Amino acid sequence: MATETHGAELATAEAGMPQLDFATFPNQIFWLLVTLVVIYFVLSKIALPRISTVLAERSGTIMNDISAAEELKLKAKEAEAAYNAALAEAKSEAQRISNETRAAIQADLDTALAKADAQIAAKAAESEKAINEIRDGAMDSVKAVAKDTAKEIVAALGSTADARTITAAVTARMKG
Amino acid sequence: MEGNIAELGKYIGVGLTAIGMGGAAIGVGNVAGNYLSGALRNPSAAASQTATLFIGMAFAEALGIFSFLVALLLMFAV
Amino acid sequence: MATEAHGSESSLAFHPMDQFKPVSLFGDGTIHWYTVTNVTLWMAITVLAIVLLLVVGSRGRAMVPSKGQSIAELMYGFVYKMVEDVAGKDAIRYFPYIMTLFSFIVFANILGLLPLSFTTTSHIAVTGVLALLVFTFVTVLGFVKNGSKFLALFWISSAPLAVRPLLAVIELISYFVRPVSHSIRLAGNMMAGHAVIKVFAGFAAIAAISPVSILAITAMYGLEILVAFIQAYVFTILTCVYLKDALHPAH
Repeated sequence: MATETHGAELATAEAGMPQLDFATFPNQIFWLLVTLVVIYFVLSKIALPRISTVLAERSGTIMNDISAAEELKLKAKEAEAAYNAALAEAKSEAQRISNETRAAIQADLDTALAKADAQIAAKAAESEKAINEIRDGAMDSVKAVAKDTAKEIVAALGSTADARTITAAVTARMKG
Repeated sequence: MEGNIAELGKYIGVGLTAIGMGGAAIGVGNVAGNYLSGALRNPSAAASQTATLFIGMAFAEALGIFSFLVALLLMFAV
Repeated sequence: MATEAHGSESSLAFHPMDQFKPVSLFGDGTIHWYTVTNVTLWMAITVLAIVLLLVVGSRGRAMVPSKGQSIAELMYGFVYKMVEDVAGKDAIRYFPYIMTLFSFIVFANILGLLPLSFTTTSHIAVTGVLALLVFTFVTVLGFVKNGSKFLALFWISSAPLAVRPLLAVIELISYFVRPVSHSIRLAGNMMAGHAVIKVFAGFAAIAAISPVSILAITAMYGLEILVAFIQAYVFTILTCVYLKDALHPAH
C-alpha cells in the first residue's frame, strides 16, 4: 500500500511489510480461529483431563506410599519398643533370680554357719566341761596328794595331826 | 542524487524513534539488574518473584514497543 | 510487488521481510479468506505438534512417565502453576483457555525457528486477534462477574480524591492500550529476531565475512529460542494478570 502511493523509487528501499498487508488479514484470522478452536477442543476434551488424572493418580499413589511407609515406620518403632520392654523385663527377671539365689545361698550359708557355730559352741562347751572336770579331778587329786603329803610331812616331822586339821589347812591353802 | 524531502524526514524520524527502544532496553536492564541484586541478597525469596520480574519486564518493554510501533507506522503507513 | 526491483541492487541483497509473506499454496496466488496458504500449513503443523506432545505423548498414562509424557506434564504443571499463582485459585476454571493460548504461541514460535518455515506469530493479524480475544474475554468477564464494580479498577480508592479523576483517565488509557502492547510485543519480538537473522544471512554472500555471519546467525538463533519461550511466557502471564484484574478489580 505504501509503495503504491509513493511510487517506484520507494520499491527498491522497502519490500513493504507483509504484516501490514491487509489483504491477507482475513485469511490469517480465519485460519487462526480454526486453529485455536481445534487446539481448545483437543486440549479440553482429551489432553488436559488425561494429564490431570495422571497427575492426581500419581500424587495419590505417592501419598499412599508415604503413609504406608509412615505406618511401617510406626510399626518398626512399636516393635523396637516391645523389644526394649522385653529386654528390660528379662533384665529385671534375671536380677530378681540372681537376687533370690543370692538370698537363698546366703540363708543356707547362714544356717550352715549357725549350725557350725552351734556345733562349735557345743563342742567348746563340752570341751570346757571336760576340762573343768579334768581340772576338778586334778584339784581333788592335788588336794588328796596335798593331804597325804601334808600328813606324811607332819608324820615325818614327828608329830601327829588329825586328819581333820590337815584337810582344813590344805583347803584353806588351796583357796588362798 | 535527487530525493524527496518528505522521505528524508521520514527516515530521520524512524531513526529517532529507534532511540526510544534504547530507553526500553535501559528499563528492562534496570528491572533485571535490580531483581538480580535483590535475589542475591535474599535468594530464598527469589523464586517466588520471577513472575513479578517478567511482568515488570513486560511493562518496561511495552513503552519500547510503542516507539517500535511509531517507527513502523512512519516507515510503512505514513 | 518489489521482487523485480531487487535485481538491480548490488550482490548484497537483503530481503528480510520476504519470509513473512503469506503465499497461496495452491491456485493462482490470490488470497481469499478461505485460501489454503502457508499460514494454514504452519498452523496445521502447530496443531499437529501440540497433539503429538500433549495427546500422543501422554497416551501411556504411565505412573512413571516416559520422556514425552513428562514434557507434557511439565508444560501442564508450568501453566497450571502460573494461573494459580498469578490469577488466583478461582481462575483455574479458565485454565484450558490459557493453556490453549500458551501451547499455540510456544509451538508457533518454536516451529517458526525452523529454516524455511513461516512464523505465524510474527503477524500482527494473528497476535492482534489473540490479544483482542483476551481483551474482550477479560472485559466481558469482569463486567459479568463484578457488574459495575468492575469500574473500580479505574477509580483508585486508595489515592487522594483530587487525583482520582486524573488517575482514572490514565488507568483507562492504559487499559485500552493493553491489547496493543500485548500483541505488538509478541509480533515485534518474533519479527525482529527473524529479520535480524535474515540480514546476517544476507552478509554471508561475501566470502570474507561469511564465517562471522554464520557465527552471528548461530548466536542469534540461540537467543531466538530463548525469546520464543519468554515471549510465550510473557503473553500467558500477562493474560493471567488481566484475568486477575477481571476477577478481583479492587486494587
